[in-house]
Amino acid sequence: MSVVTRACHLFVAALAAALLAGCERPPVTAIQNGYRGTGMAQVNNPRTDAKTVARNMAPESAEAASPDGPKASQVYQNVKVLGHLSVGEFSRHMAAITSWVAPKEGCAYCHNVQNFADDGKYTKVVARRMVQMTQHLNADWKPHVGTTGVTCYTCHRGNPVPAQVWYAPAGRKYAENSVMGDLAGQNIGAPSVGYSSLPNDPYTPYLLQDLPIRVNGNEALKFTGMKKNLSSTKQAEHTYGLMVHMANSLGVNCTFCHNTRAFQSWSEAPPQRVTAWYGIRMARDLNVAYMEPLTATFPDNRKGVKGDVAKVNCSTCHQGVNKPLLGAQMAKNHPELLQTVAPVPVTVAAADATPAAGPGAAAATATPEAPKK
Amino acid sequence: MAQFQPLFSIENQNLFTEVQPTGPLHPGPALPHGDWRRSGQPFLVHLLGRIGNAQIGPIYLGGLGVMSLAFGTLAFNIIGFNMLASVDWSPLQLIRQLFWLALEPPPPAFGLSFPPLAQGGWWLITGFLLTASIMLWWVRTYRRARQLGLGTHVAWAFAAAIWLYLVCGFFRPIMMGSWSEAVPFGIFPHLDWVSALSLRYGNLFYNPFHALSIVFLYGSVLLFAMHGATILAVSRFGGEREIEQIVDRGTASERAALFWRWTMGFNASMESIHRWAWWFAVLCPLVGGIGILLTGPVVDNWYLWSMKHGVVPSYPAVYPISVDPALIGVKP
Repeated sequence: MSVVTRACHLFVAALAAALLAGCERPPVTAIQNGYRGTGMAQVNNPRTDAKTVARNMAPESAEAASPDGPKASQVYQNVKVLGHLSVGEFSRHMAAITSWVAPKEGCAYCHNVQNFADDGKYTKVVARRMVQMTQHLNADWKPHVGTTGVTCYTCHRGNPVPAQVWYAPAGRKYAENSVMGDLAGQNIGAPSVGYSSLPNDPYTPYLLQDLPIRVNGNEALKFTGMKKNLSSTKQAEHTYGLMVHMANSLGVNCTFCHNTRAFQSWSEAPPQRVTAWYGIRMARDLNVAYMEPLTATFPDNRKGVKGDVAKVNCSTCHQGVNKPLLGAQMAKNHPELLQTVAPVPVTVAAADATPAAGPGAAAATATPEAPKK
Repeated sequence: MAQFQPLFSIENQNLFTEVQPTGPLHPGPALPHGDWRRSGQPFLVHLLGRIGNAQIGPIYLGGLGVMSLAFGTLAFNIIGFNMLASVDWSPLQLIRQLFWLALEPPPPAFGLSFPPLAQGGWWLITGFLLTASIMLWWVRTYRRARQLGLGTHVAWAFAAAIWLYLVCGFFRPIMMGSWSEAVPFGIFPHLDWVSALSLRYGNLFYNPFHALSIVFLYGSVLLFAMHGATILAVSRFGGEREIEQIVDRGTASERAALFWRWTMGFNASMESIHRWAWWFAVLCPLVGGIGILLTGPVVDNWYLWSMKHGVVPSYPAVYPISVDPALIGVKP
């Protein structure tokens, strides 16, 4: 073999290795989920299944506590949301929430251990609101969470701040006063849209604001007047970005919810699309009604570069699987999280409670919202 | 000891250029009056001789070439500096993110007006410069062919590609009333634009002109492979002298024709195969451009258009019926 030939072989081998470096190692299986020949399939790698299962194990719930005996609101002070529970149930819930949200930090993560009724720590104010959020979600968003429901653990997984949350993106350093280099919200390899160059903040317009997601029209030909479809190609790119986020969050392909030959068609779509439709509205509701109003409560170090609070998107709960925690029936062991409750009338307890102060004041006085539907 | 005998003999296989004839270097025929002089001393590069002609230069630059290069360089630099600015002037990030970066057309709100520089103004300027560069290069290919006494087939094939370029970046945006519909300058971004266009207009695969364009694209590949293979296979009989064989058919031509007639019952001729190839290549962007021009200005949803005209089958329903929640008045 001549030197040139050998060099060529080496070069080709190196090129092949470089090209394949980004690929997922086989085996890859495709599970058909639609009519044959339509390409409706879910791609799966059985080699990674064990890891996925290990990452999404639901913890054991403690045995149910007795509902008998005095109520938490009668025994403890400043119990605003779960006062209707018995002391046993209340303690069980507090133990559970500690193991779900702050297992390392313990009770002191939210409570002033000198005075457990004190609302001085912002974490306590946020936690109370999050309990209300979970109740609202389980009670009023059944079209999305079904009867499985969620618990604090669904998102938190032992972290005080869930691993998958989003903030408004930072933007460029020299964007102001610059006449060059407008990114138009896209064209950077961003993990939020699967390292594509699609618009990389699909959350703000759709999971916080209420901008139209649909870009397809219902007419074959271009129409004028009422039937005119004004959506632009750039708008389609934004929608595409949101859809990539959803697919990545759920670990599924487009064909999980859409018949990809006609993305807009509901009649040809798998039923999961309806669940996902409610999911988008649910995430928006949680961000608007629960997360954003807590902006003043959170300290700066918990906020994004634009001073916004951590917000919810699909991966906050789903974390790579289409059913969070692989559909574990966990919430049913925690009935206190399944329904919204009217705020407990503030009686004796409130008189002794330390008045809410500090950054938590605004949110601490917030009452649970009436279900919006 | 027996003499080494190969099991089969390898004749001239022609898979790689084995023969590199070298002779005195020449600058080419004399140019007509009024043309520039060719620049550069010709020289030989052995490695290039393995994939083509070993002689490099001289090159004919000419007024059109100089202007085209000037406009093209300006466009290239404006794109590059906008990309560099978009990564906060970090050369490292420019290299790392190069495939993702782009110079974007203006947002839809600006319509066909001239937007501020930072919001698509540079895109519009670059589009003009690049188009000027391409047009000048087209005239150059036409003029060079004429000055050499050739036909203008290359220029018209190039024009077919320019047609598609202009449809995507100029004609269609004007018909849509918005520069925002045009293609961004960037590697991945222009591919994402293609996907988004298809998604917005109800799946481009149901656009019959898109289908035709694909036929001509893949057809070109097939024809090129068939023709290349045929000529290599008969070069042992002198078949690479295609032009001579057109008018003076030799055994190479006869055998090539026989091969295809025996295998598929029909054969092109030494001349017609090149017309096949030219038309397939030219029709690919030509019909593709028609398809893109109809997408938006005429057709809003290709899937629904196909359904309406019975172009596509409907499949048996396999899912429980889903109803659009927005249609049944759910407003959470």
